This record gives sequence, structure tokens and C-alpha cells, in this order.
Amino acid sequence: MIDAVGSPQSVLLLGGTSEIGLAIVRRLAGGRPIRVILAGRASTRLDEAVAGLEQGGCAVQTLDFSATDTGTHAEVVAKAFAGGDVDVAVVAFGLLGDAEAAWQDVDTAVELATVNYTAAVSVGVALAGQFRSQGHGAIVALSSVAGERVRRSNFVYGSSKAGMDGFYLGLGEALRPSGVRVTVVRPGFVKTRMTAGLPAAPLSVTADDVADVVAAAVRNQRELVWAPSPLRAVMSVLRHVPRPIFRRLPL
Amino acid sequence: MSPQPSEPSTRVPGSAQQQRLTGFGRTAPTTALVAPITTESEVLDALRSPGPRGITARGLGSSYGDPAQNAGGLVLDMTGLNRIHAIDSDACVARVDAGVSLDTLMRAALPFGLWVPVLPGTRQVTIGGAIASDIHGKNHHSAGSFGNHVLSIDLATADGTVHTLTPDGPQAELFWATVGGMGLTGITLRATIALKRCESAYFVVDTDRTADLDELMALLTDGSDDRYDYSAAWFDTTTTGAALGRAVLTRGSLARREELPAKLRGNPLRFDAPQLLRFPDVFPNGLANPRTLRAFSELWYRKAPKRQRDAVQNITAFYQALDVFADWNRVYGKRGFLQYQFIVPFGAETVFRRIVETIASSGHSSGLNVLKRFGAGNRAPLSFPAPGWTICVDFPIAAGLAELCNELDAMVLDAGGRHYLAKESRTSPAAIRRGYPRLDEWRKVRAAADPDGVFTSDMARRLELV
Repeated sequence: MIDAVGSPQSVLLLGGTSEIGLAIVRRLAGGRPIRVILAGRASTRLDEAVAGLEQGGCAVQTLDFSATDTGTHAEVVAKAFAGGDVDVAVVAFGLLGDAEAAWQDVDTAVELATVNYTAAVSVGVALAGQFRSQGHGAIVALSSVAGERVRRSNFVYGSSKAGMDGFYLGLGEALRPSGVRVTVVRPGFVKTRMTAGLPAAPLSVTADDVADVVAAAVRNQRELVWAPSPLRAVMSVLRHVPRPIFRRLPL
Repeated sequence: MSPQPSEPSTRVPGSAQQQRLTGFGRTAPTTALVAPITTESEVLDALRSPGPRGITARGLGSSYGDPAQNAGGLVLDMTGLNRIHAIDSDACVARVDAGVSLDTLMRAALPFGLWVPVLPGTRQVTIGGAIASDIHGKNHHSAGSFGNHVLSIDLATADGTVHTLTPDGPQAELFWATVGGMGLTGITLRATIALKRCESAYFVVDTDRTADLDELMALLTDGSDDRYDYSAAWFDTTTTGAALGRAVLTRGSLARREELPAKLRGNPLRFDAPQLLRFPDVFPNGLANPRTLRAFSELWYRKAPKRQRDAVQNITAFYQALDVFADWNRVYGKRGFLQYQFIVPFGAETVFRRIVETIASSGHSSGLNVLKRFGAGNRAPLSFPAPGWTICVDFPIAAGLAELCNELDAMVLDAGGRHYLAKESRTSPAAIRRGYPRLDEWRKVRAAADPDGVFTSDMARRLELV
């Protein structure tokens, strides 16, 4: 159960090696010995993630999960719930990819769209079913400001995030009557492995900063948050900048 | 007494509805199918098909946390099972359904010169809830907790049978597991309650305002407390320094007729408890903040007389001031609030001081703080009261509150204390195990009565009670 101060007792991380995802899990655990389920592909990185969380006292279970293998998602999610209630599920998997290759190479484009959108939808549907019968819980979906106004520089990624963002906002509305909350998180530039080598944008944050925002959102039952929160105002302006000007902006 | 055969099924509660539920603290909402209950057979019907996520009973929802919630499962709304079957003014007992509120019982019993022996800070609790939480009042040091006054409980257990339990009968273990058992042993249908004779519905009250915590503790331990049936202190957690823990101690006993002023003597049993105001749900988060709570504390302290003797007060003035406001919890905004109530044994007074200091310097503020000296506990394994000091503070939900409460937990548990489950909404299973050393004994009795784990709740899941 998520208690009165917003602390959960069990967290499912889909994208078990996601840096932001793991930071969120650590922050939600807050040093307490909670149950964690990491769903991801078997790898040394996943083993390291398990060891790190176990060192913090968490009871960790892993589930073999491949985002592109959508046919297995329902089963993976069911397995996560088989061991007891899941209080928070974090949908953290995603691909950034090479932005230029992504709009010129069909395979790259389809993979990106599949992982970031189709798989996110597939997982979301499976989670919704489990959470509805459980009658409580929270889904945290890691979207991106890139999806809020899709721009030329990474529009395949941006459009896939726009799709998943819309899906999870809608899912939040659909799940409202069943008491399950969905929080869509729109981080800006997060300094992680995924963005290593890219020039950091203004208002860039760390994975731990995103985790702080998410923990507060879970506690306060928020539906949509930005990390850092001032991005909300920035994006609100950018959304309305006319196209001829927007394309000239160094974004 | 052997189990009675269940009545034949008459009708399934068809008007069950999916509902979002919280406790009085308005935190941690979950959704369950809520079935309104008006008859015993509806309870027994529900027990025939409990579903995968079990059943819990709910009364007036006055517990602060989640014991009357059952996410994804079935919640029986017992407030419709609310008949007073009999009030016997010779034997001083009342036989009532579980959904009868203490307010209703009190209004019905007073004309007979009978008083509900244990009243918490609100009358808006049901008999079933009063038993399940083994509630206490300002008179714990003289009267014990609610369970001490329960003569029998009719309990529907998981197998669909109804047992009449008594404190010393053949099923005494199940009786005492049900008292304080947070509704996890079965569904209480009816109970027989011992009432107390009274000559009036008024209190004769002495008030003492103390300059600091030490003066308060001195007053509570100089032996004077035993001269009063009712005693509790409000104390200030917003002021640090020399005035740390300054307090207003009010103590009194039910007035005898001749103690009343002439104008009240004509109708001494008049129940003077108006409901003045219902708060609308419009208050923003953060209205109850350190600044407003400090102002409130200052006002509350200043409005009390420095020393007053033999004042005649009605129940609202002396006892249940907040009952004149319906839905006052809305003042805390949508994020809600939590009450942190614990007990520490006598001798751990220094811990109390450290806790007040910790709160005062934490940046979190609490307005309604109560300190009370408890008397002897009872036989129930999960009953909260025991000889010692109970302290209750409340905090609006805010960032950093989890950490503060964890810090307080450590101090409370290290001092040999424990948390009150009727107020609890955020601690760990380990803290409950440590605070309630008889938990396993209770679990055994519970497991025998409910081997398949039909009775559960959000609290039971959160604190791993079952």
C-alpha cells in the first residue's frame, strides 16, 4: 500500500536498467526495505541494479522483459503482481536513437516507435487491468518534453513520446473511477548514459532530480509533472511559438 | 456458546457500489465495492462469496488511516445496521447493533440517567468501530478502554456462523482478539454495553494553564489526577525555548445534580451538543501551515484561564469541541493530514520532552496536541492503552513528513512505546511488531477464526497484520 505520506511498499520498474527509473525506485524506497521488481533484459547492468538495491535492504525480484516483444507483456506484468500487490509501476524504458538515422532508415524508425510508443501502450494496458482489480496503486510514465512540442532535431523520438504521453494521460482519466492514479512525467534534458555526449540543454537535470519530482508527485497524487518544474512554464510558451519562429530557435 | 446456525439467505446486497474511500485523515485513497448493510443476513450473504480480495467492515470512517478500506475488495457499510434493541436502566446495559453511533447511543441513554462509559474525542464512531479500535477517552485512567465495558459481542465469522462472545466465556480468546482487533476477526453485528449511571450531562471542570512542559508533568504526577474521572491536556508544539510544551490541562468529573447551577438543575440530562457548522471542501493545501498553527496555538493557550476551579461545562465545551464542526478535516486541504498517537511507559518522560523538541524544530507543525495519563490496560493483545503517557499530534501532509515520523518512531519504540492503530497511517510492519509484542498471539486466534484470510483491509496489508 502507498501510505499517508506517499511511501509505497512495492515498486515495479519496467526498464529495469533505466538510470532514471532506478533513481526513482531508490527515492521511493527512501531507505526502507521495500519489494522491488525489475523487469528488463538479463544483463550485467541488471545484475548491478539488483545488487545495488539489495544493498539498500530491498527485496528484489527480476523478470525477463523485452519491450519489443509485446506479446509477452501481459504475462510479465501478471508475474509481477503474482507475488503480492504492486503499489507503483514505473514505465521507464525508451530509446533515444540517432535522430537523423531514425527518420531516414525504416528499421530504426520502426524500432524507436515500437519501443517508445507501441510497447508503452501494450504495457499500459496490461498494468491497467492488474491495477483495476487491485483497487489501488500508481503508474508513473516517463514521457519527455520532446513530446510536448515535437521539433525537427529529434522528431521521431519526440513523436513517439507525444503518443505515449497522450496515451498515459488518457489512461489516467480512464482509471480515475477505479482509484488508480497515473502520473505522466515530462523531464527535460536529463544527464544520463542515454544522453552522454550530447550537449546539455538549459534547465538540464540529473536522474535524482527527476526522482525527487516523481516522489513528490506520487505523494501529492499529481497527474502531470515536469522535471525541473519550471519547464512547465517554458514549454507552455514554446508550445505557442509560431512555426516560422520555432524552426529558427536553437532547439 | 456454540455457533448459531446462519439464517437462510434472503437477499444479496444488490446496491453495492464502487467507491473511493479514505479515513478521516483523507490520505491514501483506494477503491472498493461498498455494500450497504441493513440486516444480519446481508452480512452472512456477503461472507458466502468474499471474493479474492476479502472483506472489511466500515462504520463512520473516523479512523484516521486505512483500517476501514479494502482496495479492490468488499467493504460492508455497517451504518445501516443501527437499531438500539434495548436499554435496561435497572441493569445499566444497552443492547445495540454494530452500526449505532456513540452519539445516537448517548442521546438514547441519557434520558434514563445512563452515560456511555468511554467516549473518544468525537461521538461520530460506531459501536463496531469502538470495539475494533478498543477506543479510549479522557477517563482512561479511571474507566479503562471501551472493551472493558463490553459484556458481549455477536460476531459473524468467516464460515458464516454467528458467535456470541463474552469476556470470560468459552470463546474469551476470540472476544479479546476482536477487542482492538481492527475488524480482522469477523464482522461485529451486535454488542451489549455496560453503561454508567449519571445525574447530569454536565461536567465540573478544573483548568490549569502551565508555563511549560515541566509544570504540566508535575501537575499530572502529583497525585491530583486521580481526583478526577476525566483528564487531558492540550500542549503547544509551535513554541520553543523556555515555554516549550506550555499546556492547558482540563480535568473534571460528571456533575452531580446538586453541583449544577439552579438554571440547569431542572433538566440536568439535557444533551447540549449543537452542530454549528459543516466545513465545505474548498480549503487549499497549506492553509494549516507553521504560521497559522502558531497563531492558533497562541490563541488556544491565551483563551484558557490561568487557573479555574469547579466550572460547569457541557460535553462540547469540555470534551468534544470539534464535534460542533462537521467535516473539520477539510481544513487541511486535499492532501489531508495524519495523526501521530503513541504511548510511552511511565519513566520515559524525557522522551516526551525530546519528541516535543524534535517537532518544534522540525518545520512541521501540529495544532491539536493532546497529552494524557493512561491507567491500566486490558487483556486484548492489540489494545493500545497501557500504563504510561499517550501523546497525540497531527500534521498536514507535506514533504519531509515521512522522515520526521520515522525519527519519532525510533524514539517511541526505543522507549518501549507503540502506535495507536486507529490513528496509524504510515509506519512500518516492523514498528508494529515491536510495539505489540503479543501480535503473534493475536494472529493465532485470528487465523483459527479466519483460516482463509477473508477479513483484510488496507491497513492489514500495509502493516502485515494478518
